[in-house]
Amino acid sequence: MAIPITYNVRNMILRKGLTLMTALGIALTVMTAVFLMMLLAGMRKAFVSSGDPLNVLVLRKGSTSELAGGFTKDKLPILRELPGIARDSHGDPLVSGEWVVVVVLPRKDGSGEVNVTLRGMGPQGLDVRRNLKLVEGQWFSSGQHEVVVSQSIHNRFSHTNVGDMLDFGKGPWKVTGIFDAGGSAYDSEIWGEVNQVADQFNRQNAIGSAYLRATDTVSADALVHRVADDQRLELEGMLETTYYEKQTQSGAPIRFMGYIVGLTMAIGSIFAAANTMYAAVAYRSREIATLRVIGFRKGSIVMSFVFESVLLALLGAAAGIVLMLPFNGMSTGTSNSVTFSEVVFSLRITLGVVGYAVLFAVVMGLIGGVAPAWGAARREILASLRD
Amino acid sequence: MTLARFVRKNAFRNKRRSILTVLSMAFSLLLLSFLMSVWRAFYIDQGSAESAQRLIVRHKVSLANFLPGFYREKIHTIPAVVHVIPVNWFQGIYRDAKPENFFARFGTDPDEFFDTYKELSIPADQLDAWRKDRAGAVADAALAKKYGWKVGERIVITGDIYPIKLELTLRGIFTSTQPNNALYFNWKYVEEGLAFAKGHAGTFGILVDSPQNVDRVAKAVDVMFANAPEPTKTETEKGFQLSFINMLGNVKAFIMVISLAAVFTILLVSGNTMAMSIRERTREVAVLKTLGFRRQTILGLFIGEAVAIALLGGICGTLVAYPLLLGMSQAPQLGGLFLVALREWKYVAPVAWGVAIASGFLSSAIPAYGASRTGIVDGLRHIG
Repeated sequence: MAIPITYNVRNMILRKGLTLMTALGIALTVMTAVFLMMLLAGMRKAFVSSGDPLNVLVLRKGSTSELAGGFTKDKLPILRELPGIARDSHGDPLVSGEWVVVVVLPRKDGSGEVNVTLRGMGPQGLDVRRNLKLVEGQWFSSGQHEVVVSQSIHNRFSHTNVGDMLDFGKGPWKVTGIFDAGGSAYDSEIWGEVNQVADQFNRQNAIGSAYLRATDTVSADALVHRVADDQRLELEGMLETTYYEKQTQSGAPIRFMGYIVGLTMAIGSIFAAANTMYAAVAYRSREIATLRVIGFRKGSIVMSFVFESVLLALLGAAAGIVLMLPFNGMSTGTSNSVTFSEVVFSLRITLGVVGYAVLFAVVMGLIGGVAPAWGAARREILASLRD
Repeated sequence: MTLARFVRKNAFRNKRRSILTVLSMAFSLLLLSFLMSVWRAFYIDQGSAESAQRLIVRHKVSLANFLPGFYREKIHTIPAVVHVIPVNWFQGIYRDAKPENFFARFGTDPDEFFDTYKELSIPADQLDAWRKDRAGAVADAALAKKYGWKVGERIVITGDIYPIKLELTLRGIFTSTQPNNALYFNWKYVEEGLAFAKGHAGTFGILVDSPQNVDRVAKAVDVMFANAPEPTKTETEKGFQLSFINMLGNVKAFIMVISLAAVFTILLVSGNTMAMSIRERTREVAVLKTLGFRRQTILGLFIGEAVAIALLGGICGTLVAYPLLLGMSQAPQLGGLFLVALREWKYVAPVAWGVAIASGFLSSAIPAYGASRTGIVDGLRHIG
């Protein structure tokens, strides 16, 4: 028969101080782990959600990023004619020739300069991308020195209100609107018309990359191969999702650091939890003997104490997660290792993060609880009663 | 029995608890000293004396933008500049795209390279051979050892940023006082093979005649090109390296937050143990008082015990941090960084011990104060 759970709960309440201190220790460990997982979850979201499985990115053969060189303009018409490309309401193929350049903007709070991605897109550029929302103002118009900025750029840099003049490249650009791209890497960009951008950065005779929107996923895959196989082009196509997946590698050092920190703190916490449980067992040795006399089996006693340890850890996990909640949505930046420009993302508590945190704590509780529980069950009844 | 002996005996009367506490604190302090070493390597270390005399010039907008090649001659006209050489990040792929086959490859100028990077040394005949062969290359000894390269080895690097296949011949192997792990070749090879690379450089390395002139030269370079179509940004070698670390995000705050969490954990663990152990001994405290020990002495006994345990944990933690850093410094990519962190360890260890002592003191002060104030009669009646 199992020992009632209330026995454990009431014991924990009885030793409030000890319970609280141990739970807090575990909470700190969980907080650190949650913080690291939130960072990674936010980064993954920023990169992965940027890719649209229907979009095919075309780059010069061998090039790994949109920044690394381009190809001649005469290849664009060839791309337009490829089969499997979706069309807009006028029947024009959804193909956008683009230039991505990096511009330096000073931070609003004056703490240095940041590399920001400026994207010039063709007339179909906005139709190629879905999930775009215009928060304020209007899109840039063609032939004008106009740009739209993302919400996060608007929040972090000065001169980014609608109607402001933003200074970069060869001269001021009028900000006509603010857009929201749903938490993707596009949310760290400034957009304008491709010819204007090329003109500003002396790149009139070429384009940097092209985006093709396929009608469906099968045609998207086919397009990737068609681009690569076409001898006239000497270009390479890849799904936009693949392109951004590669960039999540920017998070690798953080993940590596996270493992070291998480593991070290977890081991420390396991020892602390074991300590508390040993104390809990020591205080109760007479109680445990009494339980045995009443007829509870060794197994039940082991179970009961392991359970108490896990409960302690769960308490810590709950405290840790609750304490980290205010950080949810806090935005921070990292640099894209491919374009050297800043990508802004938000820390996110996802269901996965919570799940892992709880699991992490349960494992700590289990490991910390087993040895003391085993010790408790093995003690001689008579000796314990005499204590 | 002296008081010190009394403290020592008490600290280990419950061996299991003391060992668990020491281990728990050791892990927190291991983390703390590890992070602090890395922190110092990032933000305190100024690099070698040679490195402090060098500047790196890059395009102000981004590393992905090129600088015109003629900037080299213009920079050379600035007083106090001794050497200017192109140091161009080629990237590319050797064998395959696996991370373990990745190492730094730079295009540079063989004529002045070893004069600028004085901490690298190469046999004179090998240097001569490199200067004579446009498709020649030199590699760090550690790198050559890793791949088993000998002088005369053919090394093929397939370009990605630069669409060109480099078919290099290893002409020399250099040794270095600092971890280097890079391959250098003649930049002219790329310039001749690629139209868009001709007359362009990614970054320039400058050797300044003395450390005092470094800041002045850096400013002079940026002022020189401030209104040119391709403005520059000039930083010390260390600053340049730091900008890569800062790309990861706010690393400074990141390390700070985690260190803080580690310190709090130490406090909690230590406090917890002392609370447990003092509570058990309420009756003994009363006995000590009956024997005539003063309150201050009793307070001191408990605090001494906590400090002793914490310090032991601290020493264990920092001693483990050393081989850990040593192991990391052998890593292929970030190894150099951890080698610097290893040098910083000797400054960090005493600080970690200080943290241990302080937390032992703080965590025991309250329970010890409570115990020292308990009335004798209450204490003797206490059932623990």
